[in-house]
Amino acid sequence: MPVAGAHALAHDLNVCCRDRRAEADALHSLAAWAYQFSSQVSLHPPFALLLEVRRSLILFGGYTALLQRIRAGLGELGYQTRLAAAPTPLAAVSLACCESEQHVERCSALAAALAPLPLSVLDWKQALLDRLHGVGVQRLADLLRLPRDGLAHRLGPDSVLYLDRLLGRQPDPQVLYQPPQCFERSLQLPAEVVQASALLFALQRLILELCGWLQGQGGGVQELEVRLWHREQAITRLSIGVQRNSRAAEQFLILLRERLQRLELRQPVIEVGLHVERLLPLDGQSLQLFGAARQACQVDLLDRLRARLGAEAVRGLSAVAEHRPEYAWRYSEPGQGEQAVNGQQRPLWLLPVPRQLKTDHGWPCLQGRLKLQHSRERIESGWWDGQDIARDYFIAESASGSRYWIYRELDGQRRWFLQGLFE
Amino acid sequence: MSLDTVLQRADVWRGGRLSATADAVASGFAALDTVLPGGGWPRGALTEILMPQHGIGALRLLVPALARLSRDERWICWVAPPYIPYAPALVGAGIDLSRVLLVHPGAHQDGLWAVEQSLRSGTCSAVLAWPTLDDRTALRRLQLAAEAGDALGFLFRPGRLMQRPSPAALRIQLQPEPGNGLSVSILKRRGGWACGPIHLEVPVHGHGRAVALHSHTATAPGSFHAQWQ
Repeated sequence: MPVAGAHALAHDLNVCCRDRRAEADALHSLAAWAYQFSSQVSLHPPFALLLEVRRSLILFGGYTALLQRIRAGLGELGYQTRLAAAPTPLAAVSLACCESEQHVERCSALAAALAPLPLSVLDWKQALLDRLHGVGVQRLADLLRLPRDGLAHRLGPDSVLYLDRLLGRQPDPQVLYQPPQCFERSLQLPAEVVQASALLFALQRLILELCGWLQGQGGGVQELEVRLWHREQAITRLSIGVQRNSRAAEQFLILLRERLQRLELRQPVIEVGLHVERLLPLDGQSLQLFGAARQACQVDLLDRLRARLGAEAVRGLSAVAEHRPEYAWRYSEPGQGEQAVNGQQRPLWLLPVPRQLKTDHGWPCLQGRLKLQHSRERIESGWWDGQDIARDYFIAESASGSRYWIYRELDGQRRWFLQGLFE
Repeated sequence: MSLDTVLQRADVWRGGRLSATADAVASGFAALDTVLPGGGWPRGALTEILMPQHGIGALRLLVPALARLSRDERWICWVAPPYIPYAPALVGAGIDLSRVLLVHPGAHQDGLWAVEQSLRSGTCSAVLAWPTLDDRTALRRLQLAAEAGDALGFLFRPGRLMQRPSPAALRIQLQPEPGNGLSVSILKRRGGWACGPIHLEVPVHGHGRAVALHSHTATAPGSFHAQWQ
C-alpha cells in the first residue's frame, strides 16, 4: 500500500522508514544477550536467531522453564517473539514462522509436524515457490510427498539438500555467533526526550541487554558509560561506577535513576547508548551465594552516594606521617585510610586554609582577646620542598568557651593564624 | 488485669527508672552513661546535640564511642562536616580511619538525602551530620532511617533550636565550661525525664579513659564530675 493510501485510511499515521541496519544491529545484540542461555548461538537473518539448547536444558530446569525465561527476558527487552524448538535448525525456524509454537523432540516426528505448514515458511526464491504453487503444491505435506529424483531434476539439487537438512537427513552445521569483547549498543528514541528521567525507560532496555551479555560472558563490570546524543550538541557522557564488579541489572538501574534525576539536559536527546570497555571476571558461584543473601539487590551505599553526588563528594581519610599540620592528612579512597600516629595534641577540626587573626596590642583576637595556654609547640619543617614553615602553635580559649588551635609565624610579619578547633 | 501484668509489659515505663532494655553504645563517660537510657548513646536512633558554637568539645564527647564503633566493619559516616575532620587527631583518639567515610554534598537537600541513605543502608555504625535547616519532617524520616539501619545518628545543631520539638530519641544540650569542661543537659530521653546538667571533663587528647567518678552532693541531683587520666 502506498504511503498516501495509508494516510487516507488513518490520518494520524506516523510513518517511519524501515531501517534494515537497525534490524541487523538488533539481531546481533539479541544474539549477544541470548549467549547466556547457550554457548551455540547462530544468526538466521533477517529475523531469526538459533540457539542450541539441548545442553542447556538441565542447567535451566527443562524446556518449559528455559522457554519461560527466554520469553520473559525478551519481553522485558521489548521484543515480540515466537519461539519453537526442533531437532534441526531449519525445522525450528520454519515452525517459529507460523503461529503455532511447537516443540518437536525427535526427527521421526518432524515430517508430521511440518506437513501442515505453507510453502512460504521455506527460505526459497519466490519464483520457485510460484512454480510449485502452479503445480498444485500448497503445503509442505504436498512437497514432501513428491518423489525425490523428480524434485532434484525439476528444482535443482540445492532444494533437495535443503529438504534433507530440514528433516535431519543431512547435517546442517551453523556458523556460530561470536559475542563481541566489549559492549556497545545504542538506541534511537522514537521522539526527542527533554526530561532526563524519561530516558530511564530506554536505558533500562540497554542495561538488560548488557546484563544478558555479561551473563553469557561470565563477567561483570565496575564501570559503564551512558552516552546521550543530541541533535547539535556534543555527546553527553555519564559514568556509572560500582565498588564490586557486578551484573545485577537492578543495581545499575537504581544508580542510573539517581544519576538521571540530577542531570539537567540542555538539549533534547535523540539517541541513547551504553558502552562498556572493561569486562571483569565474575565467579558464577559467588553470585549464587550472594543471591541467597538478603543483600541480593541492595546497592552499595558508596555507589549510591557517588551516583548522586559524584565520586569526589565521597571520600575516606588518611593520616600522613608529616610534621607540617596541613600535610599531615589527605583524602583517600574510602576504606583505605592509613593510620600514622602523631603523639601531639591535635584538634579534631582543621580549617581548609589557616585564617589570619586580628590582633589587639599584639594579642590574637577572635570574638575578643584569646587566652593562650602556657604550653607551646614549635614546628619548623619542610625546607626541602620549598613549602617550609616556622611556627609556634598554641591552644587558645575564647571568652565564649571555644578552644582553638592557633599559631604565630616565627619569621616575617609574625602574624597570628587560626588553623583548627578543639571540637 | 492486675497491676503486675501491666508492669510486665515492655511498653509500660515506670517513672524514676531508666529502661535498661534499650540497646546502646557506652559513651566512655561513666557519669553520662548513668543518665543515658541503656547506659550509652542509643543504637538505631537519632541523637540531637545542641550547642551554642563550634570548638566547645561536642565531638570529643563522641570520640570514645566512635573509636569503639570503628572496630566494627561498618562505616562511620560524616555528612557535610563544617571543617575538615583532622586525621591525626582522629588517630590519636583511637579511631580507625579506614572506617571513616566523608560525604560532602553540594546542596542542603542532598545532605539530608545522604544522611538518610547512610542511616538506612545498614552499612554505617554511626552517621554524624550538621544540618543547617530546621526541617521537622526530614528529621522524622532520619529517625525512622536510623531505626531501619540500626545506626547511631548524631545531629549537631545550633542551641537556639532547643525550644523546637524534635523527633530525635535523645536530645542533649552542651555548654562550655572553663578548662576542658563541658556541661551536658538532657532535654529528652527515652524512658526518662529531662535532667542535668552534668559536668564532664572532655580532654583534648583522646587517649584518656574515665577512671574516677565523684558525685557532687552539693550540686543538683544527677550531677556528676568525671576525671580523666
